[in-house]
Amino acid sequence: MDLEIAMLLGQDGVTNGAIYALLALALVLVFAVTRVIFIPQGEFVAYGALTLAMIEAGRLPGTVWLLLAAGVLVVALDGLDALRRGGVGRLMKVVGWNIGYPLALVALMRFVPTDSWPLAAKVALTMAVVVPLGPMIYRVAYQPVAEASVLILLIVSVAVHVAMVGLALLFFGAEGSRTSAFSDASFTVGPMMVSGQSLWVIGTSLALIVALALFFGRTIYGKALRATAINRAGARLMGISPALAGRLTFMLAALIGALSGVLIAPIATIYYDTGFLIGLKGFVAAIIGGLASYPIAALGAILVGVLEAFSSFWASAYKEVIVFTLIIPVLVWRSLTSHHVEEDE
Amino acid sequence: MKIQKTVVAAALGMAFVSGAAFADINVGVSVSATGPAASLGIPEKNTLTLLPTTIAGQKVNYIVLDDASDTTTAVKNIRKLISEDKVDVVIGSTITPNSLAMIDVAAESKTPMISMAASSKIVDPVDEKRRWVFKTPQNDQQMATAIVSHMVDAGVKTVGFIGFADAYGEGWWEQFSAIADARKLKIVANERYKRSDTSVTGQVLKLYAAKPDAILIAGAGTPAALPQKSLKQRGFAGKIYQTHGVANNDFLRVCGADCEGTFLPAGPVLVADQLPADNPVRASAQEYVSKYEAAFGKGSVSTFGGHAWDAGTLMVNAVPVALKAGQPGTPEFRAALRDALEGLKEVAGAHGIFNMSPTDHLGLDQRSRVMVQIKGGAWLMVK
Repeated sequence: MDLEIAMLLGQDGVTNGAIYALLALALVLVFAVTRVIFIPQGEFVAYGALTLAMIEAGRLPGTVWLLLAAGVLVVALDGLDALRRGGVGRLMKVVGWNIGYPLALVALMRFVPTDSWPLAAKVALTMAVVVPLGPMIYRVAYQPVAEASVLILLIVSVAVHVAMVGLALLFFGAEGSRTSAFSDASFTVGPMMVSGQSLWVIGTSLALIVALALFFGRTIYGKALRATAINRAGARLMGISPALAGRLTFMLAALIGALSGVLIAPIATIYYDTGFLIGLKGFVAAIIGGLASYPIAALGAILVGVLEAFSSFWASAYKEVIVFTLIIPVLVWRSLTSHHVEEDE
Repeated sequence: MKIQKTVVAAALGMAFVSGAAFADINVGVSVSATGPAASLGIPEKNTLTLLPTTIAGQKVNYIVLDDASDTTTAVKNIRKLISEDKVDVVIGSTITPNSLAMIDVAAESKTPMISMAASSKIVDPVDEKRRWVFKTPQNDQQMATAIVSHMVDAGVKTVGFIGFADAYGEGWWEQFSAIADARKLKIVANERYKRSDTSVTGQVLKLYAAKPDAILIAGAGTPAALPQKSLKQRGFAGKIYQTHGVANNDFLRVCGADCEGTFLPAGPVLVADQLPADNPVRASAQEYVSKYEAAFGKGSVSTFGGHAWDAGTLMVNAVPVALKAGQPGTPEFRAALRDALEGLKEVAGAHGIFNMSPTDHLGLDQRSRVMVQIKGGAWLMVK
C-alpha cells in the first residue's frame, strides 16, 4: 500500500462516513427525544434516492401514493378530535395538510413534466414527497404507544421497517437505480483525484450538522426538543407537547435520511433494501456515541467509514464482519466507563 | 398482488372443480418474487402467466407461491403444494439454496420437480433423490468455460476476479479458477463485495494495482455494475467480463456508458433476433420474447424469465406422454411424468435444445450459450 492508495481509500471512507454521520445524528436525535430506536431510518435513504431516480426517469414515484395513504390514516385518527376541539376550520386544516397536500403533489407530477426540471428542483420535489412521511409514520405507528417501554417501541420499529422495505419493493422494483451527479467536476490535489460529488456529500453533511446545531441552540422548537430529550416529564410540565416533539423529530429524521439518499445516489447504486445496511452502519456510529452524544457519534461514523474502506482493501470478504465487530469493544468500553441507569417504566 | 390473485383464483378453481373433475393437472410453483432474488423471481413469475392453461385437452391449474428468497419458506411451500394442493409437478425455486432444500421433499413424495436455479449440484449426480429433479438454466461451468475460451482466444494472460460475497460469487470462483488454471490463465487478484455495498473502491484499487489483462465480475443484476463503474473511473483499460447473471435491461440502464465493450456469456434468448436463421433455438427463443413483450411491454424481457419458460416447455412436452400412463393426481401419473421428462429429446426452449437422459437432467449443450458484447447500450452477439 502506498500513499496514493491510502489517500484514495481515506477519501472514500470519509465520504461514506459523512453519510453514516448524518444517519447517526438522526438516530441519536430520535432516541433522545422519543426513546425510539429508529430502525427504519435507513429506509428514508432508499426512499429519497429512488424517488429522485423515478422523477428523473419521468415516472410517478409510488411514494406519493404512500404519502396519500398515510395522510388518510392520519385524518382517520385525528379528524374527529380536531372537529371536537376546533370545529370545521381545524378539521379542514388537518384534511388539507394530510390529503390535500399529497393530492396536489400527485397532480403536479402527473401534469407538469417534472423530469425536465433542473436537478435542484427535482431534489426539492423529492424532499417534498418523502419528508412528510416521517411525521405521518410517527402519528400512525408510534404516537399511540408513545409511553410504552423501549422494547415495545423497538418492536414497532421492526414492524415499520419490514413494512417500508416491502412497500419499497412494490414501488421501485427489485433492480437498483442511480441518479445523475450533482457535479461531474474532479480536482487533482497532489497525487489524489477528488471527485466533485464527494465534496458535495461532505460539504452538505457539514452544512447540515451546523444547521442542526443552530436549530437546537437558537430556535424555540429546537430548544423544546432539547428539553424533551433531557427530561420528558419536565418538558411536558413546561407546556411542550410530546406529540409535537415526536412529529418534529421524525420530520428531521426523514429529512436527514432522504437528503443522505439524494447525496449518495449518484455514487452508489441504491436498491429498495439498501437503506437497512446503511442505517445499520449509522447505528454502529450512534452506539459509539452511546445514543446520546452527537459529536462522538459523528466521529464514530467517520471511523466506521474509514475502517470500511481500508478493510475492503485488505480483506474484502470480511468487510462487514470487521465493521460490525467494532461494536463489541465499543460496548465493552462503554459498559466499563459509564454507570448503568435503570430505565423508569 | 398478482401472486395472491393467482393463488386465490387457483384455490377457488380447485374448490369448484374438486370431486367433479379430478383429472385437472395441478402445477405447483415456488418462485422468489420478493427478497434478494426478486429481480430473477419477478420475470419468472410473469412468465408463468404465459404458460398454456390446457395441455392435451386437460385443464392445467397453476398454484403460485412466493418463497421470498428464503430456504425455509421454499420448503414450507413445496410441502404445502404437495400435501394440500396435491400437485403433479413442482416448478421452482428461483435460487440454488432453495432448490437444493426442496429436493428432499420432492423425492420423498415422488413428485417431479423442475428447478429454475443455476447450480449443477441440483441435478448432479442423478442419484436416488435427484431422479425426481430436473433443471433448466445452464450450469455455471458451461458459462465459465465460454468465458475462459474467449479470454484465451483474445490473448489474455492474467486475470483479476471480483465476485459477490455469497454462494453466487463463490460458485463462480470455484468453477472459473479451476478452468482458468487448466487453460494456463494466471489469476492475479481475487476480491469479494456485497450486493448491497455502496462502494468497492478498496477492492478496485487492489485489482487495478495487480494490472491484469482482463477482469471478471461475478455478480448478478444491477449490483454487478458497481465494480465496473469504479474500474472505469480508475481508468482500467483492460477487458471486462461479466457473467450471465447481468443479462437484463436494468443492468444496461444502471451501468450506462461504463459498460461499453463488456463481454459476457448468455443464453441465446438474450439475442434471439441476432441468431443466424439456421440456429435451432432462434424460433423458440423468438416465440418466448414476443409472447413476453406482448404481455409486459417492449424491452421488458430478461433471460431469467426464459428459465421459467423452459421449465414450462419441458412440462408441456412431457405431459401428453405421461397422460397415457395414468390420470393426473395419481402416483402413477407423477412417476410417468418423471419418466417422460427424462425421455425428452430435441425440445427447443428459449435457452437451448434439451436432450434429457438418465444421467443428465439438464440436457443443454453448446447451443445453449453465446458470447455477447455490450455495444451502444445493447446486447450484440459475438460471431
